[in-house]
Amino acid sequence: MHFLVEPGFWSNQPVRTALLVGALSAIVSAVIGVFTILRSQSFAGHALTDVATTGGSGAFLFGLSPLLGFVGGGLLGAGAMDAIGVQRVRSRDLATGIVLGAATGLSALFLYLDATTTSTTGAVQQVLFGSIFTVDRSLLVPMVALSALVLVCVGTIYRPLLLSSVSPELARARTIPVRLVSLLFILALAVSVGLTAIVTGSILSTALLLGPAATALRLSRNLRGALILSVTLGVITTCLGILLAYDSSAWVSSGQGLPVSFFIVLVTFLGYLVAGVPALQRRVKGATVDAAPTGGCH
Amino acid sequence: MFSNFMVTTWESATIVALVAGVVGFFVVLRGVAFPAHAIPNGAFAGAAGANLIGINPLIGLGVFSLGAALGINGLGRRGRADAVTGLVLVMMLALGAAFLSQTTEYEPQIFSLLFGEVLGVSSSQIAPIAVMGLLCVVAVGVLYRPLMLTSIVPDIAAARGLRPQRIELAFLVVVALATTMTVPVVGALLMYSLMMGPPAAARSFTSRPGLAMGLSVAFSLLVVWSSIASAFQTNWPVGFFVGTFSAGLFGLGRLYAWWQRRFR
Repeated sequence: MHFLVEPGFWSNQPVRTALLVGALSAIVSAVIGVFTILRSQSFAGHALTDVATTGGSGAFLFGLSPLLGFVGGGLLGAGAMDAIGVQRVRSRDLATGIVLGAATGLSALFLYLDATTTSTTGAVQQVLFGSIFTVDRSLLVPMVALSALVLVCVGTIYRPLLLSSVSPELARARTIPVRLVSLLFILALAVSVGLTAIVTGSILSTALLLGPAATALRLSRNLRGALILSVTLGVITTCLGILLAYDSSAWVSSGQGLPVSFFIVLVTFLGYLVAGVPALQRRVKGATVDAAPTGGCH
Repeated sequence: MFSNFMVTTWESATIVALVAGVVGFFVVLRGVAFPAHAIPNGAFAGAAGANLIGINPLIGLGVFSLGAALGINGLGRRGRADAVTGLVLVMMLALGAAFLSQTTEYEPQIFSLLFGEVLGVSSSQIAPIAVMGLLCVVAVGVLYRPLMLTSIVPDIAAARGLRPQRIELAFLVVVALATTMTVPVVGALLMYSLMMGPPAAARSFTSRPGLAMGLSVAFSLLVVWSSIASAFQTNWPVGFFVGTFSAGLFGLGRLYAWWQRRFR
């Protein structure tokens, strides 16, 4: 067993917290992520993380609770995107981009003021990259509560959300309030990425949102299967990443281990690539059939 | 504000603004906002890596931004393009985090790579910036017609035998080049604001492509110059001003478009 797991992994308190918090983030992100990808809102999902980070650095500056900063910042950003954005995908990306640009500008100011007015160092690193090993345990309860809220919200609007994601026209014909559903969804997305950004850093937030969901949607044809697969993959990659990061301090000669985010993202990215192999094989086989004189049908 | 050491700042920022205006026009027209965000951010990791192994950061920036462009385009052909863009971006950022974890005493440099250090450009940096800027503008000039056709009338472009995927790849490579030259000056996050805000605002003021491109360059110059002046006066990071001025211009553009619809 020592071959796989360095000694002290299970008895280490930060590791246990990290596993718990990581798994929780992974579950919420995986569920929201499937809808995010179906609705082609990956950019918004990523941008909201950065917007939440702006809120976080602002909270740091004004001495507010970081949770309030991250989630509040994300919600404000989501509201702004929804207000500017039109329904067409292209202009939606534009609206997302403008909000993102303004938010990063503010972020620059907040972080600069953090660094100059407070004597704490490491604010930039902490806010941008976070560390799952240094989660503040007092955040656990509000985090669980907000995660539950997000999941309940998505569960409640499950059917209208699904229909308006796949075919807005059909949803409108069935008198589903598409606009309201899309607003509710982007708010849920904001809370979800705000939560994961605060505990895992902004890189991991996007990785957990998009990675498992994209892999699951490649492998599964129906939505329920994709949701289950996405959650499973999310939890597995997170735990595997934490394990590898813990072990990595023993591999590097300096003893300075590599960050958790690196390993989780690496596992996620490789998973996505591997999930594309079956389709690729099918295409290669199809191409050889096409090339044969008998011809294939298209 | 116009003393000797500031001259290089004004020169480099002007080149950056020209390039951002020209390249950004097509970023907005083609709706590739996410790749245009992902490439500069991914490139940041390259600079961190170059610093770690002790080579010129420009090489790291170039390699990583090119890698991001190729990855986004290559993987995006199969699978969902926006999700792939996000995954390529986080992979690069994670590599950056890994590089940073192996160095120490690095914070000011991270900050300047992300948010820019326009006020600290040395005169030896001007020449490479100018050469790469010129390359970008020439590349956009050569690609002008195919870019226009594939963005506005994809059917006609297809009928003329243009391959949209190829054009897209060529354009992303131009974005990567623009990124490499500008990130050391304005930072990864703000190159992005500059490529989005002024061109998007320009498109609200006119629908004629040539004029819109000219306006886009003018707006971007305006944003950069006023941002440097404000940063010089207040000592706040130049990125803050670029971000807010760009968004403000976009807001004005939307207001103008709304007024046109409402009262004309």
